[in-house]
Amino acid sequence: MAMTAAETGGPTPARLHRARSVLALLAALGMGGLTALTAWRIGGYAMAQGIAPVLVALAALPLLAACVFVARLGVLAVLFSRAGKKAAEIHEAREFGARASLRAWNALAWSSALAILLGLAWLLALNDAAVSRTFFDLGLIRRSAGAILSAFTVNIAIFVLSFGLILVWALVVAIARTLPGEAGRPLRVMATAYCDLFRGLPAVITLYLIGFGLPLTNLPVLSSLSSTAYAVIALTLTYGAYTSEVYRAGIESVHHSLVSAARSLGFSHAMTLRHVVIPLALRTIAPPLMNDCISLQKDTALVSVIGTIDAFNQSKIIAANDFNLSAVTTVAILFVALTIPQARLVDRLTRDMAGRRAAGGA
Amino acid sequence: MALLEIDRITKRYGALEVLSGLSLQVDEHEVVCLIGPSGCGKSSLLRCINRLEDTDSGEIRVHGERITGKGVDLDRLRREIGIVFQAYNLFPHMTVLRNATLAPMALLGQRRDEAEARAMTLLKRVGLAHKAAEHPDRLSGGQQQRVAIVRALMMNPKLLLLDEITSALDPELVAEVLDIVRTLAADGMTMILATHEMGFAREVSDRVCFLWQGQVHEEGTPDAIFGDPQKEKTRAFLRDLVKAGRL
Ligand SMILES: Nc1ncnc2c1ncn2[C@@H]1O[C@H](COP(=O)(O)OP(=O)(O)OP(=O)(O)O)[C@@H](O)[C@H]1O
Ligand SMILES: [Mg+2]
Repeated sequence: MAMTAAETGGPTPARLHRARSVLALLAALGMGGLTALTAWRIGGYAMAQGIAPVLVALAALPLLAACVFVARLGVLAVLFSRAGKKAAEIHEAREFGARASLRAWNALAWSSALAILLGLAWLLALNDAAVSRTFFDLGLIRRSAGAILSAFTVNIAIFVLSFGLILVWALVVAIARTLPGEAGRPLRVMATAYCDLFRGLPAVITLYLIGFGLPLTNLPVLSSLSSTAYAVIALTLTYGAYTSEVYRAGIESVHHSLVSAARSLGFSHAMTLRHVVIPLALRTIAPPLMNDCISLQKDTALVSVIGTIDAFNQSKIIAANDFNLSAVTTVAILFVALTIPQARLVDRLTRDMAGRRAAGGA
Repeated sequence: MALLEIDRITKRYGALEVLSGLSLQVDEHEVVCLIGPSGCGKSSLLRCINRLEDTDSGEIRVHGERITGKGVDLDRLRREIGIVFQAYNLFPHMTVLRNATLAPMALLGQRRDEAEARAMTLLKRVGLAHKAAEHPDRLSGGQQQRVAIVRALMMNPKLLLLDEITSALDPELVAEVLDIVRTLAADGMTMILATHEMGFAREVSDRVCFLWQGQVHEEGTPDAIFGDPQKEKTRAFLRDLVKAGRL
């Protein structure tokens, strides 16, 4: 029955996306209703709990405004679709159809986002706002913030020390793993074994073994370090293995013809690494290195298993005393706030590099 | 005594024997061209001479001193034998000037001002003094290749190996690079060139070697090889070139 444009000889008829537009309009209207209901019920509950009406209005108004916006998109979609039907000319009809489709998709996307927000609001408010009280007790957050912040400096110190050590140690391991020739084999094998071991060991177990094991050995110096120092050692060993892989990938990404060029001038393997391979490798590994850096910052929270009073451990103590996790929420927020800018930076570095490659540069 | 003596060397890549007992001598101030079909082992031979590749048997001597086998200071050897590659292989993270001065400063202990003065002299000679501060990716292929030649010359090599240095270049850029090789030949630089530029080989070289089946199949003056080749394979190779319009 359906004839293709080629068979009828005429142009393909315009698609008007009628169903999509109607669906979008219905979704938008439905969301509007749900949002109003939510604002009324939860807003009412919040005011009954003594939260200022101004604050409630501040939370509800953007949501309601979003509903109006979505509804408008839905209406426009349907109107464009109908206008397309009436259009006298096929190109005009296609233009209207495309507009209707765009508005419809927009409305649907915004409706989904609204649905998620409403779901979260209900999760926080249900059961007499049990979730909000447990995780977001503003009073407790305010009272405990000082202790948490000062404990967070321990995380920062562990991170800074380990990261510095990791950058150097991982490079040493990577160079050992890429040593050439027969003479390089013993070191190559050792380095590979180290990487396999510490990439396989969960960081928390390494930490546990070192933090509780070394003090039992009665070794000079090593058995009497602070728990922060054990944390730094354990994290350096674990992340050294990961980061050496990053370096190695970078070293191996340098084209062998450049190595040939350096060797042909008379540079030794070590000088070739220093002047050519490592400087070139460092440019490509910046993003994965940043990723390791972010993940290391988060893993400083693991040190609580060996009793270091870091922010997480401090917050657990407060949580146990108050039967409330809001202090832990503070720690969570601190970590997220610390890492988000870095994640954005990684995105940008990656984009810049993709751009440079596309432009044909090295 | 010849500057370079290659004595029945063999080179294998796995099961493939690329050089099979090849011998060749090159005198000081001589310019030798290697010609032959693609894959006949020209690059392999050059890479064996500066030991970027190891030979499997036979011996290579420079000024009578063995440079193949064990106990050879490769880094020292390579300082004396320069090579220029088809793909330039300039260091992309350094300026043109730094590409040229890196090796003499790091390996010969030249001071920066000394190395830079010499680099600028050479860059001026190849017409690129104004590009000294640029990075290689801002240069045309011909310009990059001229810088690569300068980089090799900075080490004052006794012998310069040129491996098809114009085959990656657009036709209009070939002349500027060949001009420099011509000047070097006139200055008495000892060179071995692997090349597909037969016209140039004929003009610049003292001797032409046709490589076939891992050996020097026929050698002679350019006039002899191009004008009156004796062996059937040499004739066939040159005939194919004429057919392809490259001679
Ligand atoms: N690293 C390698 N591993 C294995 N085989 C190789 C290697 N390098 C070269 N070959 C092979 O050895 C043979 C000779 O190669 P070579 O590059 O020396 O030839 P060529 O004469 O320089 O050729 P062209 O004129 O195309 O540059 C070819 O068959 C090539 O495939
Ligand atoms: Mg070749």
